[in-house]
Amino acid sequence: MSIQLTNIHKAFGPKKILRGLSLNVEEGETVALVGFSGAGKSVTLKHIAGLLMPDQGSVVVDGNEVPTMKREDLYKLRLEMGYVFQFAALFDSMTIQENVEMGLVKKGGVGRKEMAERVSESLERVGLKGFENRLPAELSGGQRKRAGLARAIAYRPKYLLYDEPTSGLDPVTTEVIDRLILKMKEDLGVTSLVITHDMKSAYNVSDRIAMLYEGMVVEEGTPDQIRNSSNPIVRGFVEGRPEMIEEATRAAAEDGEDRGTGDERNVDHGHRGPPGLQRRDR
Amino acid sequence: MNWTTPLDVVGRTTVGMLSDFGRFSRFVYEAGRSMGDVGTWLGLTVLQMRKLGVNSLPIALFLSAFTGIVMALQASYTFTGAIPLYFVGTLVGKTVMLELGPVLTGLALSGRIGANIAAELGTMRVSEQIDALETMAYNPVSYLVVPRVVAGTLMVPVIVTFANVVGIAAGWITALNMLDMSSEQFQFGLRLFYDPFDVTFYIIKSISFGFVVTIVGCYQGFNTQGGAEGVGVATTRAVVIASVLILVLDAFWAATLLQQ
Repeated sequence: MSIQLTNIHKAFGPKKILRGLSLNVEEGETVALVGFSGAGKSVTLKHIAGLLMPDQGSVVVDGNEVPTMKREDLYKLRLEMGYVFQFAALFDSMTIQENVEMGLVKKGGVGRKEMAERVSESLERVGLKGFENRLPAELSGGQRKRAGLARAIAYRPKYLLYDEPTSGLDPVTTEVIDRLILKMKEDLGVTSLVITHDMKSAYNVSDRIAMLYEGMVVEEGTPDQIRNSSNPIVRGFVEGRPEMIEEATRAAAEDGEDRGTGDERNVDHGHRGPPGLQRRDR
Repeated sequence: MNWTTPLDVVGRTTVGMLSDFGRFSRFVYEAGRSMGDVGTWLGLTVLQMRKLGVNSLPIALFLSAFTGIVMALQASYTFTGAIPLYFVGTLVGKTVMLELGPVLTGLALSGRIGANIAAELGTMRVSEQIDALETMAYNPVSYLVVPRVVAGTLMVPVIVTFANVVGIAAGWITALNMLDMSSEQFQFGLRLFYDPFDVTFYIIKSISFGFVVTIVGCYQGFNTQGGAEGVGVATTRAVVIASVLILVLDAFWAATLLQQ
């Protein structure tokens, strides 16, 4: 029961988003994948759910190679995953209760009474009891995110994939969501991957943090290891110091030029790998 | 002179059109394949039949009523003195049933249904609701596309039938009240060149129009990119492409089914 991403490459037209990303999430573990906006974090998550196919590389979930799975098998696997979308992605035309029921209906095996209980229990877990008959448009941003989380946990998945669960929320609501993520792990024992660029959230919720930069994981380790990282890219990101990242990028570029032959034809214009690329042993 | 530029443009345009056609064909194939997932789409189809069909009746009936009135008046104006007035019934009956009923209804519905579907699915695409369906193991084509296409294909002939009846009735009432014709004269003209195949013809046309309006709307909605602007582009494209296809199909059916 783990997620293994190995050497994933993904491009959209000429734009290369992932350039050899590798990441493992072990059973029962919560890993936060952090990185800049547009770094490819959500793209990574969509590969795990089989919403995107890699150009190259392997995505293994629960022992299944996702890109080569038959549709029926992929749908069965998806019912073992709960996906919490960045903007909740609740179905506008349905009430919160109907939204939460969707996965349960598809998974089957539950009667009407049990379904109502599960919906009620899921909404209670996220503090939205009594919101069953509301429409998504009647909820605030934080409430919508919590409803999205309730929908994802209602059918009791083994994996939870969170896409920016706290972005755009006030500090108090962010803390509420962080506690919910921890509670899901404690109560349900799920394996989770949290995509975020909020370092406070990442420290709060994760067992391990991986930093995505230029399409690769440049460093991974425990929250303490990341907090004390010597990698200038990681430090620059964690401390919010863009000049440190610019300097590291410039140094890497100069280093590349120094190592070149001086002959323009021999200079590698392709991707050299991000500066300070290193993986910390766990 | 750079000769490669125009060739380049022609090449790119051709490749682009063929790619679009290929993607659209694959989408239609996928929709056909998803028909097997009856449990998912059947219940939703009834809902869509009401939403796309019943709710579209007022606009279709309004259009056809005024078309019937205008047809009767224009026929009388054209025929005066040269052709017996009972031919007003013939002209109103034939043109409304064979051409104006199906085509005007189809064009109106491309605006109402096609735009509605493209905007709804486009918004669902950009707000990740379609991805959310996928993550909960729903086939979005079975869940969203098939019910709309089946509902549209079944309901447009029904709407056109109502539109034809109202259009002819409006022409009839106009003939009685404004053209000094008797009801018998109008009925005589109406029956004079009536052929039962006329009904088959307008039903075939209407089915094809219903299919085109809904499948194009679904395709454009499903392939929406970007945010609000993308939804706007998809909606406009859905209406324009469906309208053009309706006119092309109209000519196609006339050329293939009306040749003696």
